[in-house]
Amino acid sequence: MKAAVIVFPGSNCDRDLQVSLRIATGNEPLMVWHGDSSFDDVDLIAVPGGFSYGDYLRAGAMAAKSPVMREIIARANKGVPVLGICNGFQILTESGLLPGALMRNAALKYICKDIHLRVETNDTAFTRGYATGDVLRIPIAHHDGNYFADPDTLDELEQENRVAFRYTNAQGEQSADANPNGSQHHIAGILNKNRNVLGMMPHPERLADAALGGEDGKRMFEGLVRAIA
Amino acid sequence: MSEITADVIASHGFTDAEYAKVLEIMGREPNMTELGIFSVMWSEHCSYKSSKKWLKTLPTEAPWVICGPGENAGIIDIGDGQAAVFKMESHNHPSYIEPYQGAATGVGGILRDVFTMGARPVANLNALRFGSTDHPKTRHLVSGVVAGVGGYGNCVGVPTVGGECEFHASYNGNILVNAMTVGVADQDKIFYSAATGAGNPIVYVGSKTGRDGIHGATMASVEFSDDSEAKRPTVQVGDPFTEKLLIEACLELMQTDCIIGIQDMGAAGLTSSSFEMASKGGVGVELDLDKIPQREADMTAYEMMLSESQERMLMVLRPGTEARAEAIFKKWELDFSVCGELTDSGHMVLRHKGEIVADLPIDPLALASPEYDRPWVPTAKPPALDMASSPAPDDLMATLLAMMGSPALASKRWIWEQYDHMVMGDTLGHGRPGGDAALVRVHGSKKALAMTSDCTPRYCYADPVEGGRQAVAESWRNITATGATPLAITDNMNFGNPEKPEIMGQFVGCCQGISEACIALDYPVVSGNVSLYNETNGQGIHPTPTIGGVGLIEDAARSVGIGLTADDQDIVLIGESRGHLGCSLYLELIENRTDGAPPPVDLAAERKTGDFVRAQILAREISCCHDLSDGGLLVGLTEMALAGQRGVRIALPELSMPLHAWAFGEDQGRYLVATNDAPALLASAQSQGVDAVLIGKSGGSDIQISGVGTLPVDTIRQAHENWMPAYMA
Repeated sequence: MKAAVIVFPGSNCDRDLQVSLRIATGNEPLMVWHGDSSFDDVDLIAVPGGFSYGDYLRAGAMAAKSPVMREIIARANKGVPVLGICNGFQILTESGLLPGALMRNAALKYICKDIHLRVETNDTAFTRGYATGDVLRIPIAHHDGNYFADPDTLDELEQENRVAFRYTNAQGEQSADANPNGSQHHIAGILNKNRNVLGMMPHPERLADAALGGEDGKRMFEGLVRAIA
Repeated sequence: MSEITADVIASHGFTDAEYAKVLEIMGREPNMTELGIFSVMWSEHCSYKSSKKWLKTLPTEAPWVICGPGENAGIIDIGDGQAAVFKMESHNHPSYIEPYQGAATGVGGILRDVFTMGARPVANLNALRFGSTDHPKTRHLVSGVVAGVGGYGNCVGVPTVGGECEFHASYNGNILVNAMTVGVADQDKIFYSAATGAGNPIVYVGSKTGRDGIHGATMASVEFSDDSEAKRPTVQVGDPFTEKLLIEACLELMQTDCIIGIQDMGAAGLTSSSFEMASKGGVGVELDLDKIPQREADMTAYEMMLSESQERMLMVLRPGTEARAEAIFKKWELDFSVCGELTDSGHMVLRHKGEIVADLPIDPLALASPEYDRPWVPTAKPPALDMASSPAPDDLMATLLAMMGSPALASKRWIWEQYDHMVMGDTLGHGRPGGDAALVRVHGSKKALAMTSDCTPRYCYADPVEGGRQAVAESWRNITATGATPLAITDNMNFGNPEKPEIMGQFVGCCQGISEACIALDYPVVSGNVSLYNETNGQGIHPTPTIGGVGLIEDAARSVGIGLTADDQDIVLIGESRGHLGCSLYLELIENRTDGAPPPVDLAAERKTGDFVRAQILAREISCCHDLSDGGLLVGLTEMALAGQRGVRIALPELSMPLHAWAFGEDQGRYLVATNDAPALLASAQSQGVDAVLIGKSGGSDIQISGVGTLPVDTIRQAHENWMPAYMA
């Protein structure tokens, strides 16, 4: 399996994702520069965290209009799996591949810490490594992760089982305390209609190595490889 | 151009003697641009004129030191052809005036010092000191500084992994923001600042030059008064995205052989960078200011030379490589301008709009940079604490609870959760913020760097020599407690007005203590920074020589954290306990007094004890380790319980001192460890002449001390975790 990692000038989790994908796929991921409007065929496109073009405007707003995103949108529409993590998720919502928006955290502060997530569906390649209901410990690190969508969109996401992850406590229970950023419906990650695009704020690539404090994120990449390959 | 009047001369910070020297060097009256250049080059901030004499006394050598003080950052050998490059630098004055931008640009500046040398920054730390928690400005400053540090570091994508935060009234009018960056370079790709080769092109890269930060270096060289707010325009504005681009572009160019010399534009901007490069290389410089990328219209030569706009670098390239270098900077969408060339004139000549606007001799200006032997008086040694004057507290466990929830000891999670401490994917799980030292793996290897920042200003105030020793010893101890070998330090000397003999005495005393400890522990100073005039309306800060330490562990898998990892492990106290309460946090918090002498540091014992502990960690005889410092034994033990989310049961040994002195005394050179085999550990300690005593076992959910009392860990956690969020709410 061949994966591509998109590199914007302000991406800063590109190498972290490269490492996780290299380990999971056994292949060196293709690093794609933001100015490239075409690149080799791949089995997975990953849009990493960071600050794409500085994000002095709304996070991801400029990146959504970049040459490489036009190509990613076209491929996503043809069914190529696209994973957006953190700033990647923000870019996917800004580009229209995913609905809703990521607003400033409710506490108005950047937050970097381990949180718990409940897997809401494993009916997609991205979460095939988990069972529905699994509780994961994975870090978040963002200033704008407060998921917002209009009521109709939220209903649609829920009815179509497109909420992939929700913030919970360690026991898998939802509560205001366990929602780190004020996201509606405690949403941490969502899928598109075709279930081939996932955006999530938490960073699975950051806890995919026991030395770093946990491996819950590793199962995501391993499951993804099994599902795609 | 304005006339050079007595007022103009005074407002540029010159003494009469200094200005006479200017006239002598120039052989004529300088113009405004030239005067401005002299002013910043001879400012305390750039010239180290008060401190140089004493900094020269610090030990700077060891077999593993590749580059000591004098370059942008210090460099040490970490094996496998790699080097760690690091430095700590203050941004105190600007952070008080404009906390967000002051702190943010402090981080940006120290990052540049490190990647200028060819190193990829891999970790940031920061030591923050604020005024008293009841001072009206403190919340505003904490909030702005923390947001600024995070806003910059998070965006550039370098993890902020450690530091310290303290509150004390002596910082009410002068907060301290000390930022440290650690980078990793290949030893064969290290870059220095010396410019050589007449005719070689000088290239400006990075952001455009604006009018921000003009006279920042001069501002940082005087005391504050009530009108400090008026100095806001001297604070620079940071752009971390451009810094990120600059890091990537510079490191990409450094893979080629285009660069002869490179220097970031920090304090005193273009003036300082071009002067230092030329002076080190023994060449002259000719700059065409029309080629300087400018953000604002109609900037004068004076403004361009003194601007401290951020995210800029100056390079000297090998002739003929300009196009290759330019392509890299264009790729990263940064300005790139060949703005001058080196000459053999020994002069700095500036052209602007077709005219020569400044012509200064480089060596005379650099060599004549003032160096003062300022009068100083040693600080009187405080008398030892009379133990009879310290009554036992009524309830030891309640005292512990109060201390753990105090601003001094409460969790600083509120701060470090605003910093991305995991980006780059090498921060070890037990090396995250909150431990003794941060642990960051060297990417792609088994090795890890251990990093810490330390100082106990109340000790330095009471006895600068002992305080200087203690700051270095604690740094060494914190690194040792992870299993790493301490290698070298960077010192960030924050003091008051050096023109006062008692302040100068504090500086001299701290230098002496630092030297002694560095020598005894083989822990040299490889870089540093001095920040003086931290005074407002005549009130100076506590002397604060912040020590940034770096160590190495060959096998990161053998490193340990502070948290108890299992139940039913033996807890052993290593090092000698005498119940030293003088100058302790206990006295300050509980008895509301700060008298007595600080605990003495026995450097020979420190070394022996630390070497023993490290060897036991590496031999996997110890599962977790915590050094004892502020608050002493009981506080250290509680921190291990909190981090490990389990309790401890302490069997009180027979005591030759009052119980509260045993619990909260701050004797130096001590560690608490947990082990599965206490008899073996105690026997090894005994055979090596190291004090060690079994004090209890891990397990349960309480801090339980036989015959004294019991306190649930969760109760302590609440007090410990809630203080700062409640304070900042």
